[in-house]
Amino acid sequence: MARSLPLNLSRLRARASGPAQFDANERTLISPLELRSPAKRAAYWLVFGALVALTITTLFPIYWMYSGALKDTSELIRMPPTLLPTQARWENYLKAWDNLNYTRYFANTLILAFGALVIQLVVSTSAAFSLSKLKPAGGRIVLFLFLSTLMVPSMAYLIPAYLTVVSLPIVNIPLIDTWWGVWLPGAASAFNIFVLKSFFDEIPQDLIDAANIDGAGAARILAQIMIPLSRPVLAVVSIFTLIGTWKDFFWPFLVLSKVELQPIMVALWRLSARMQEPLNLIIAGLAIASTPPIILFLIFQKQIIRGITLTGLKG
Amino acid sequence: MCAESAADPEMNLTPALNPPRARLRLLAALRRNAVGYFFLLPALLAFATFSWYPIARGFIISFQKYDLVKGAEWVGWSNFEFVLNDPLVPIAWRNTLQFTVLGLLIGYLVPVALAILVNEMKRGKSYFRLAYYLPVILPPMVSVLLWKWFYDMDTGLFNAILQGLGLPTQRWLFDRNLVMLCLVVLSTWANAGGTMLLYLAALQGVPSHLYEAAEIDGAGLWRRLWHITLPQIRGVMLILLVLQIIGTMQLFTEPFVMTDGGPANATLSVVMLLYRYGFRFYNFGAAAALGLILFFVLVAFSILYLWLTRRVSQSQ
Repeated sequence: MARSLPLNLSRLRARASGPAQFDANERTLISPLELRSPAKRAAYWLVFGALVALTITTLFPIYWMYSGALKDTSELIRMPPTLLPTQARWENYLKAWDNLNYTRYFANTLILAFGALVIQLVVSTSAAFSLSKLKPAGGRIVLFLFLSTLMVPSMAYLIPAYLTVVSLPIVNIPLIDTWWGVWLPGAASAFNIFVLKSFFDEIPQDLIDAANIDGAGAARILAQIMIPLSRPVLAVVSIFTLIGTWKDFFWPFLVLSKVELQPIMVALWRLSARMQEPLNLIIAGLAIASTPPIILFLIFQKQIIRGITLTGLKG
Repeated sequence: MCAESAADPEMNLTPALNPPRARLRLLAALRRNAVGYFFLLPALLAFATFSWYPIARGFIISFQKYDLVKGAEWVGWSNFEFVLNDPLVPIAWRNTLQFTVLGLLIGYLVPVALAILVNEMKRGKSYFRLAYYLPVILPPMVSVLLWKWFYDMDTGLFNAILQGLGLPTQRWLFDRNLVMLCLVVLSTWANAGGTMLLYLAALQGVPSHLYEAAEIDGAGLWRRLWHITLPQIRGVMLILLVLQIIGTMQLFTEPFVMTDGGPANATLSVVMLLYRYGFRFYNFGAAAALGLILFFVLVAFSILYLWLTRRVSQSQ
């Protein structure tokens, strides 16, 4: 139905595919003309070389993690260390997976991440839709109350937030040591609502009105117009939620005290603090735990960088 | 009742406002609002339970002695007295401020400089973006544990490098004078790439005609940098300054995992102390009181942040 409506969506598409000028050869601080002088060209290549050298500081530690995991313990603690493992023990990764009981912790992390994803998408999308298109009376106040929570640092109300999860007010249900104790607090995400609402605001009201005249209810408008048109922004919000939940340590650490419920980050902290596992297996564990977010990032690099640059500041 | 009165509008003696249509409009508005709030309901419930109520409750618990079994009991200001008399509190604040200030000194300008330089590169831009951003992708727990190993006195990378260069090795995390620097370097490594991306985006927005005009006026490279580039991204720089202060003042994971506040409380941060009050000594009242103090300090910065964003968006 949405497709048959005469409508110019080029502005939406332009937004969806990112700022057009992002990689274009626009004029910057230095003009191409200036770079023709040999001295300036030399300076340019010097800076270029320095920037490449500097990437060693960000990449080498990550290389050190992945390669350290391939060494055996005696090689790992040898001084001076070997730049390349003398023998790449790929089985260390398998051993770490078994010894650290990663099947369980990986499954827990996936349950936490995808549960959070579903709940946050449902709650945030419907709220943003309501605030952007249904505009009930008092909606502006509600939006203000949502966004003002971004201004309150979460650590400042850590204790009352924890006590709320210990026993939900009014109904007195304890959420400690349940997935809900992590999922539900995550649903109160002002960031998601803000990002989705600003995208929804760009979808023309005419489209909604026309669908309304055709007799479509709010639920149908959301499902058949808003969501199909918002796929790019929904993708960004989803990736951020998945990576964010994957990385989270402190809240799951407080809420999930039972070992068999803990996600990978909490397990890593516990296992490394206990210091019973050999160092190379712990490092392999670190490397395994970083791989999913790195892969997600490499696949969705464009969307993520666009999401950061679109939303990072305007929030 | 509503339906009944709607059924006999024609009997009305004052039809000046055309009551049936007004009522219909009212009904439609009611319906529209009901549907609107129906879609808002899940978010309202989530925010009420997990944000608004806890924030408000923080003020209440600060004045209570809270026991998980026995419940709450009003104790007046005694939690604040306890916090203000704890000799660890000034230490924790001093450490936290030290981390914040060191973080600004070491880490604040790094992303600005990187972004300006990377933006000038004709080749390899996407490589630089990826390489500098990669540490941000690592989960914080991983980077902290990884760097804990790097700082290790016997098996760590840094002492290996120092040894290789023939320099005396360091005690790193066990050295009171060095430990905070260690945390700041790690935290800069882990976060600078994210900030750099934001600066890169801001630099893309600087209009080229400004540079061209300045060039025609004979402005050299440094003058263009000083009078065009920096003023154009000044708003972003101010906002990220405030955000970095708010973020670093909530320092927790790094010292919690690396040093547990040591050596000799040299890395005990405010949030770590709050955590200890609450989850080691189960003194929720004192923890909430310390949280409230942190709240007021950080909200002051947040208001500054809001004011800055508004001014910046007005000036652009």
